[in-house]
Amino acid sequence: MMDPRARRRAKSRVMVALMGVTVVVAMLPLILILASLVLRGAQSLSPEFFVNRPAPVGELGGGVAHAILGTLMIVGTAALVAVPVGIAAGLYASEYRGTRMAQLTRFVADVLNGTPSIVVGILAWTWVVAVQGHFSAAAGSFALGLLMLPMVMRTTEELIKLVPNELRESALALGYPRWRTTFVVLRTALPGIVTGTLLAVARVSGETAPLLFTALGSEYFSFDLDRPMAALPLVVFKYATGPYPEWHQLAWTASLVLILVVFLLGVAARLATRQRL
Amino acid sequence: MNPRRRLSGGGRGDTVFKALLFLAASTIPALLIALVIELTRGARQAIDRFGAGFIFGSGWDPVAGTFGAWPAVFGTLLTSALALLLAVPLALGVAIYLTEFAPMRIRRPVATMIELLAAIPSVVYGLWGIFVMIPFLRTWVYPVLEARLGFLPFFAGPVYGPSVLSASLILTVMIIPFIMSVSREVLLAVPPGQREAALALGATRWEAVSTVIVPYAKSGILGAVILGLGRALGETMAVTMLIGNRHEIAASLFAPGYSMAAVIANEFADAAGGPLHESALIYLALILFGVTVIVNGAARLMIWRVARRGGAT
Amino acid sequence: MLNRESKRGVLRAALVAVAATSLVACGDKDTVQLTGAGATFPYPIYSKWFDAFYNETGHQVNYQSIGSGAGVKQFTEGTVDFGATDGPMTDEEIAAVGGAVVHLPTVLGADVVTWNLPSLGETQLRFDGATLADIFLGKIKRWDDPRLAALNPGVALPSLDILVVHRADGSGTTFIWTDYLSTVSPEWSAKIGRGKSVNWPTGVGGKGNEGVTQQVKQVEGTIGYVELIYASANGLPYGAIKNRSGQFVLPTLESVSAAAAGVDLAADTDFRVSIVDAAGADAYPVASFTWLLVRPDMADAAKARAIRDFLRWMTRPEAAAMAAELHYAPLPKSVADLVAARIETLTAGGAPIADGR
Repeated sequence: MMDPRARRRAKSRVMVALMGVTVVVAMLPLILILASLVLRGAQSLSPEFFVNRPAPVGELGGGVAHAILGTLMIVGTAALVAVPVGIAAGLYASEYRGTRMAQLTRFVADVLNGTPSIVVGILAWTWVVAVQGHFSAAAGSFALGLLMLPMVMRTTEELIKLVPNELRESALALGYPRWRTTFVVLRTALPGIVTGTLLAVARVSGETAPLLFTALGSEYFSFDLDRPMAALPLVVFKYATGPYPEWHQLAWTASLVLILVVFLLGVAARLATRQRL
Repeated sequence: MNPRRRLSGGGRGDTVFKALLFLAASTIPALLIALVIELTRGARQAIDRFGAGFIFGSGWDPVAGTFGAWPAVFGTLLTSALALLLAVPLALGVAIYLTEFAPMRIRRPVATMIELLAAIPSVVYGLWGIFVMIPFLRTWVYPVLEARLGFLPFFAGPVYGPSVLSASLILTVMIIPFIMSVSREVLLAVPPGQREAALALGATRWEAVSTVIVPYAKSGILGAVILGLGRALGETMAVTMLIGNRHEIAASLFAPGYSMAAVIANEFADAAGGPLHESALIYLALILFGVTVIVNGAARLMIWRVARRGGAT
Repeated sequence: MLNRESKRGVLRAALVAVAATSLVACGDKDTVQLTGAGATFPYPIYSKWFDAFYNETGHQVNYQSIGSGAGVKQFTEGTVDFGATDGPMTDEEIAAVGGAVVHLPTVLGADVVTWNLPSLGETQLRFDGATLADIFLGKIKRWDDPRLAALNPGVALPSLDILVVHRADGSGTTFIWTDYLSTVSPEWSAKIGRGKSVNWPTGVGGKGNEGVTQQVKQVEGTIGYVELIYASANGLPYGAIKNRSGQFVLPTLESVSAAAAGVDLAADTDFRVSIVDAAGADAYPVASFTWLLVRPDMADAAKARAIRDFLRWMTRPEAAAMAAELHYAPLPKSVADLVAARIETLTAGGAPIADGR
């Protein structure tokens, strides 16, 4: 009664609808998580939260200002070293594309980007903590920097590849040496590279595992890279796995702050590229 | 500057510059080598004591000094496999829908939203898992599963909240965006001519997708899936917070278990069992590292092959 | 082209970097930053003490509550200035630091048995050593088991599975608990033994006292062992345990102090003493000292002075009062006197510690 063609068309409509459902299902956790973060986290958003150290165990009040500072210090230090090196590595891989080093670096960077961050943390522990004999923010920066390096390298490389060859050729035709040509290309691709850097910073700001036995954590404000330091993700982990309701509340709020920072960096990054294209 | 002099393109500036960039680039393979060397060195004591049997040994006893990684290895494999099983249909469905069927206006926004899932830190997933997901599942879902399917050993009680199943579910959510975004790129790279030809021959939209487009992008999609697997294998914080932390393999999915990354996260600062304990943990890290390198390497090769093919034609 | 936004961003970043580095340069030179790590058992009172000490002296004591096992390990490796543990270092562990460790007891605490059974409300169940051992061995699997019913006549025990929660990390609290179980159960002693980290026959692992408390709070039917303050501060019930004299005793300041009452230490003691299953009609059977691990001789004079100042501060009555508020019993007078005397023997670089600033 239903001819084969109509049946096939019906099946097509069903399958399409089914796949539309998967979109809804996939978006559901995102919505739920964001809703939880906003609903539970916003409760404790107060000036005190951003300005104070934690209160002693079991007491109310207190904030995570020390952890916000700590994250800025640790991630900032990591970026200071990883970003220039990563950009330079990405430049090499795109400007000298055919060479074996470029191909090797590209492949290894992709592999490293998929490596569990806790493994990198162990390397940082072996080379910094074990050698120095104490935990330190510098060790944490080292771990995060190692994580950022392949990320920044790959995004730089991809973006430099997008710069049209005409630009290079014009510069060369005008008599620029190769290295100045590369700088011209770099300047052109800079917004995109900033994007890649911001995204890498965002990713790495949320990393907890490598900091567990490098930066260790702290209850105090500190600018001293040679001592343990607090960080937002460490604070979330500690408070989430503890028993006190005050801690749980702080964990939600700290997570909200962390997410906002990560998302804002991501949005800023995307805006930068959209402007370019 | 005299253009004529510079036209040859050589010169010391160039050599120095290239050398500097080369040095920067070489840090990346150097990092890989450093990881291999240091992990092996740290694991040396455990390797000498337990050999390759470590991977299949069961029983993790810091007091007695015997360490067997199998429960952690198995837990890692099980949670990752379960997560893949659940995530792949969802992620592929989303990718296909967004590339083929969705109204143009919503394609980019929805893709971006799902990619936002990838930006959420693992520890935040853990937080949400402990306080929202597990209580919900433990109240509404797990008891139903236990009641209806409890005759199967996989769903036998007792029902702890933190369990292999809970960890697998959070992993599912975490790897969906990766599989989806890479699959989407791969599908977008399929030449439009393929779809048009299928439709011209009378295929329905679904048939065009299922018989032509997806098979064309097959190996790239497989690469995306393997990438998701690589991600799941190494996930640490969310799993640590949800898996129950037990060095044992039970038949039931409701039972607590362990994963390699979770063991390291929980025990590395302690290593109460002395230097052998610490060495065993680094051995575990070495295995984890090796597995993820192989998996990620394979994934990248597959994706690279499709990209080359798609671009060339 | 470098657009304006990127330029501004770079400028801002540079300013932050400059500000940060300049701030590193300044800072109070007289105050010291100490790092300590270890036991979660006394963490609530240490957290309070260090905060008060900071407010009074400006010395920052950064204590990370990561478990006694980690405390001992970090102390051994020298990655922290002091450690903390409720499981005293074994002879092998002391040998690993060449004997360079002083155990200083700080307070007394209690491991309590806690559970999550909403239907029982505030009822405080009764247990004895053999039953507890069998529960944690996995031999008693349900709450309405006849042995539990026999110990708790008149209580409507629910028909639920017992879900054991133990520690996933190296823990002094575990040491105290397994020390007790090994003392009262020959089977436990033979099969599992005592230690900071043992091969648990059953159950889920939580990280730290905090983690175990959390697990018990979240999941119905669970049973766990935690330090007293963790249970009481979180509204969890805790039970009475039968002591050696046959009395069912609840953990209180008095019963914990009674457990330590019989302790008689020589002047040259190393303070490593176990008080589980103590004699005494009112003694709580799972009580214990908790110790700070310090080096008898510290190279850094400023740190040595700060540590000694803290230890002296800790022996003051106000400190003991803060501890009592959190249900940690003060040390018996004889022990406290010995501790005060031992503190004065700490040296810096071989010489006695000068009285500072």
